[in-house]
Amino acid sequence: MSQLVKDPKEKSFFTTLAESPSTNEFIKGIWKDNPVFVQVLGMCPVLAVTNTAENALAMGFATTFVLVMSNILVSLLRNVIPKEVRIASYILIIATFVTITDYAIQAISVDLHKSLGAFISLIVVNCLILSRAEAFASKNTFIPSVLDALGMGLGFVLALFSLGALRELLGNGSLFGMSIFSDNFQEWIVMILPAGGFFTLALWLLLFNILKERRSHGK
Amino acid sequence: MSTVDNIPKNNTSGSKMLQVMGGLGALCALLIVLTYEGTADRIAQLKDEALQQAVFSVLPGTASTQQFYINADQTISTTPSDNAATIFAGYDANGEFTGVAVEASGRGYADIIRILYGYDPVNEKVIGFYVLESKETPGLGDKIEKDESFLANFQSLDVELNESGDGLKNEVITVKSGEKTDEWQVDGITGATISSRAIGAMINASANERLQVIQDNLSVIQNQPKQ
Amino acid sequence: MLNKTLHISTSPHLTKGITTVDIMKNVVYALLPVAGYAVYAFGWDALFLLATTTLSAVITEHYLCMWSGKPTTVGDWSAVITGLLLGMTLPPAFPLWMAFLGGVIAIGLGKYVFGGLGNNSFNPALVGRAVLQAAFPVAITTWSAAFVSDRFFGVSSSLLAQPFMKPTYDAVSGATPLSAFKFDGVLTGSYELAFGMVGGSTGETSAIVILAGGLYLASRNMLNWRIPVSILSTVYLFSAIFHLINPETYPTASFMMFSGGLMLGAVFMATDMVASPLTPTGVVIYGVLIGLLIVIIRIWGGLPEGVMYAILLANAVSPHIDKITQNRVYGTTKQRQTA
Repeated sequence: MSQLVKDPKEKSFFTTLAESPSTNEFIKGIWKDNPVFVQVLGMCPVLAVTNTAENALAMGFATTFVLVMSNILVSLLRNVIPKEVRIASYILIIATFVTITDYAIQAISVDLHKSLGAFISLIVVNCLILSRAEAFASKNTFIPSVLDALGMGLGFVLALFSLGALRELLGNGSLFGMSIFSDNFQEWIVMILPAGGFFTLALWLLLFNILKERRSHGK
Repeated sequence: MSTVDNIPKNNTSGSKMLQVMGGLGALCALLIVLTYEGTADRIAQLKDEALQQAVFSVLPGTASTQQFYINADQTISTTPSDNAATIFAGYDANGEFTGVAVEASGRGYADIIRILYGYDPVNEKVIGFYVLESKETPGLGDKIEKDESFLANFQSLDVELNESGDGLKNEVITVKSGEKTDEWQVDGITGATISSRAIGAMINASANERLQVIQDNLSVIQNQPKQ
Repeated sequence: MLNKTLHISTSPHLTKGITTVDIMKNVVYALLPVAGYAVYAFGWDALFLLATTTLSAVITEHYLCMWSGKPTTVGDWSAVITGLLLGMTLPPAFPLWMAFLGGVIAIGLGKYVFGGLGNNSFNPALVGRAVLQAAFPVAITTWSAAFVSDRFFGVSSSLLAQPFMKPTYDAVSGATPLSAFKFDGVLTGSYELAFGMVGGSTGETSAIVILAGGLYLASRNMLNWRIPVSILSTVYLFSAIFHLINPETYPTASFMMFSGGLMLGAVFMATDMVASPLTPTGVVIYGVLIGLLIVIIRIWGGLPEGVMYAILLANAVSPHIDKITQNRVYGTTKQRQTA
């Protein structure tokens, strides 16, 4: 974040904010360590349920909820859980919140639950969540763990949404179910098929890497 | 990099592990049960609504429905037995019988397609059609849900039973788009040949199997008091 | 291309005398009669379609080379072949903007992401077509009839559909012999098939012209004759057996041989030098595999035609075929263990 500072003598409010360690815990998940575009974690939901912007957002927020709740519980219990059974305990905690999410989504909308299908239950094996529990929450206190989970979660939502929006736009000519183009628009059906998930992910990864390259050269 | 020091030593007692895991398990179970209790009613209600919506759409004019079961011994009852198939009878606002919604399924292009069709036992016709589940190709096979001229087939499709009582008088069959000549034919969709044929075939199979039973037990369904 | 500086490389140092460019040029020569016949059969539509895919492939190759800071490889003619082949696998009245997109995908996704010519695991033209098939399933299965009387008096309106817009078709679409057989049980005669008097993809309809091109290349040793021979004989044998078992449901072997993209695929697509195996035994295994897959997809698959997927699948396994059919190193007794 040091590149943001133009003149070290007069730091603005935002630079101070940007330099504070807790902001860093939050921001890193969105950009520097983005779970999808940089860490390439949790590919299963990224490829499978991003065929519409709505599905992508629902999946993203469901994952964020599980991530935040499990990070909270893991960081609170980090001194209680013995090292030998920590993975089993984390999985237990994660599975609990996934089940809760599953019920919650069913209670919100049966249609949404149907279109997300088995992928809600599969949040439990999303490596992003276990990796945050193991790598961060188990070594940090409550506040940084929440910030870390929120940042990672939002980064995940952002990535899923950028895939979902592009795929729905090209594959269905709509965004959140609303038609964007004229009636004559030819849908690129491949984009809402699984193959389109791979193409779109590759495109965004390319874009992300070009941007990162530019930034590091620009320094 | 990694030295022996980094590997955690096995120094926690077994009973502590058990205590922690047990405690955690109880906590998690409590959370799940609480959520289940809190959402169960609403989930059941939503699922019911979705199913009713489907039944209403295949039986025009229906205001309430009642589940019946076709048992393995070819009788119809309100309580399920083993291997019973579910059908839904529809009644309008005055409690008059509007028809029966029957579920059918069969292999489509991508996967099994599940549909619900409305049967009018008095005129012996299919009067409505609804796709419950389909993974057909978007833009091609999913026309079975959207194509208006295809859906028009099922507003009045002849499924008259034959005299001997062992099936349909005329088999329901999907023909090429625009070549429908008879009441029992389904006008297919260009570009979705396999999907539209699958629909015709599954209605035909289901009608051959179920409609005779429904006709035989019509009094049970029609006279069932509303709840 | 000529390099005057001292060139240091590993053995072998002898060259064969013919270069990649020579072979590629000859493939283009062999494809030209096919393209010519396509224009004769389908009119201006076919000409515009083939020109668009070729142009798109060449432009894409050029710009991708430029952007990655390498000298352009357009001069090796391989992009022209990819473009021509892609155009030949598309229906004649296919919208030009989709065809252009197909050329970009064929070169970009089918060839360049792997590192350009010599590194592609799949036939680039077929990659382009596979993506187009998945993206625009309606347009790619809307066929127009061959030898329409006014084919030289204008172009189909669908061809000129605005970019990103749905095409509108002026004529009622015809069926290909394979789809007519699959969905309606209608058999097309062998004469019509051999001379391409049927609906179908732009370049696949005339078996005779394609075979002539293949013979030309094989006679100049620029095409591995084992591939088409093993594919065609497998298809013939396999479908003849099925026809014998039940002539009612399975078509004759000659129908299977001359319909659809089999000839074009066997002669020009499966023989892609980069994506096919190297060893003589491997090549035969590869051909038999393609032949079997074609018949399986045509008979039991959901699609009427299976040449494209058969070749792509065989492309995917060809490195493995090479691995298991490797020659014994001279002087050793056991099969060499490859790490």
